[in-house]
Amino acid sequence: MEIEVSGSTVAEALAGLWRAYPGLRDRILTEQGEVRQHVNVFVGEEDIRYCGGLSAPIKSGSSITIVPAVSGGTDD
Amino acid sequence: MEPKTFVNPKNGSALLLVGTMKGAFILSSDRDRERWEVSGPHFPGRTVYALAYDGRAGRQRLWAGTSNFFGTLLHSSDDFGRTWTNPDTAPIKFPEDSGQSLKQIWQIIPGREQEPDKMYCGVEPAALFESNDGGQRWSLVRGLFNHPHRAKWEPGGGGMCLHTVLLDPGNAMRMHIAVSTGGVYRTDDGGQSWQSRNQGLTAEFLPDKYPEFGQCVHKVDRHPSRPERLYLQNHGGLFRSDNAGDSWQDIGKGVPSDFGFSMVAHPHDPDTAYIFPLEREMRVGPDGKVRVYRTKNAGGSWEPLGAGMPQQDAYETVLRDGMAADALDPAGIYFGTRSGKLYASRDEGVNWRQILDRVPAITCVKTAAV
Repeated sequence: MEIEVSGSTVAEALAGLWRAYPGLRDRILTEQGEVRQHVNVFVGEEDIRYCGGLSAPIKSGSSITIVPAVSGGTDD
Repeated sequence: MEPKTFVNPKNGSALLLVGTMKGAFILSSDRDRERWEVSGPHFPGRTVYALAYDGRAGRQRLWAGTSNFFGTLLHSSDDFGRTWTNPDTAPIKFPEDSGQSLKQIWQIIPGREQEPDKMYCGVEPAALFESNDGGQRWSLVRGLFNHPHRAKWEPGGGGMCLHTVLLDPGNAMRMHIAVSTGGVYRTDDGGQSWQSRNQGLTAEFLPDKYPEFGQCVHKVDRHPSRPERLYLQNHGGLFRSDNAGDSWQDIGKGVPSDFGFSMVAHPHDPDTAYIFPLEREMRVGPDGKVRVYRTKNAGGSWEPLGAGMPQQDAYETVLRDGMAADALDPAGIYFGTRSGKLYASRDEGVNWRQILDRVPAITCVKTAAV
């Protein structure tokens, strides 16, 4: 699914996503406002964990991708 | 992967709610409990630690606490699982000032009959939430969250969970909770303040073997018509209290292992309770046998019950919410294993048969009457 939003940081852009799809916010972020452990957010090809987190800057035309981790080997 | 069939319970039907690491199953039978309808998997791929049935005030409502990579949600169904709520906003959320994030819902408890809109949830990281509107809105019970002991509670192997919530049926101000690892706490003022109730409970892994708190209590159950009587399965040790937790007596003699996770009080006889002992290395039933143990004299002695279950080369584990009793007469006893089998007895544990197999690891078993 693709959607256009505006903002100068990842957090501002995601705020636009939550306004359009309110059900996504609690599924991507914890109640403390942190990206869930097994959810990855990329600006272009950069994982935001390594370029500023939710405060990572974005430019006009940036693409932000939200992907669940492919995490196997659970303890069940 | 959605359920292919759904259960059709009638008034008086027996319900079994079975949570697993990858979904939930609903079983329904008449009071004879001979043949069971099964529906599932509900919530395929989601971990289901908590299930409940709310039959108060004319409701026929199922509740489920589920989780996956996208967080933990509370869902309800008014049509026995044909449809479930899928809330946009997580119904149970820690307040921002708490610094905590919800990991799992471990227990969903409808309130007393005389409080038909009251509900409670025990969660991980250990905390208690309550609702006063039938589960629509929830708030953190701050009296417990702010307890000075909380900062020293530690996670057990399964996480730091508030896994037991017991309401005193005759005293609306009194309830007990239990935390791994934290111990047992009781409120006598409706949740505003809480006191540890661990005198006599051991903590074999601490320098002080009888601390005020910090025990790894695995499960507590209370007898419904004698609420001051509690049975407790500890991380090492079986205990009974006859004074609502003010003190605990060791009742762990005569079992092949005093380690285990589950504890179920008989619905009618206050002297009867059921456990599933586990040997400590593999944490499976001792000697390769699948056996429930029952006491009928309040823990003075225990007898093995295994008729109809494998008695050799069987290595089964029952988790703390994996055993339950229904309130029929004779009482039905049920337990689910980590290998995905559900066993049932219609005669209070004397004879058993397997009623479900090849499901994911079973995390909780709950009973209800429609």
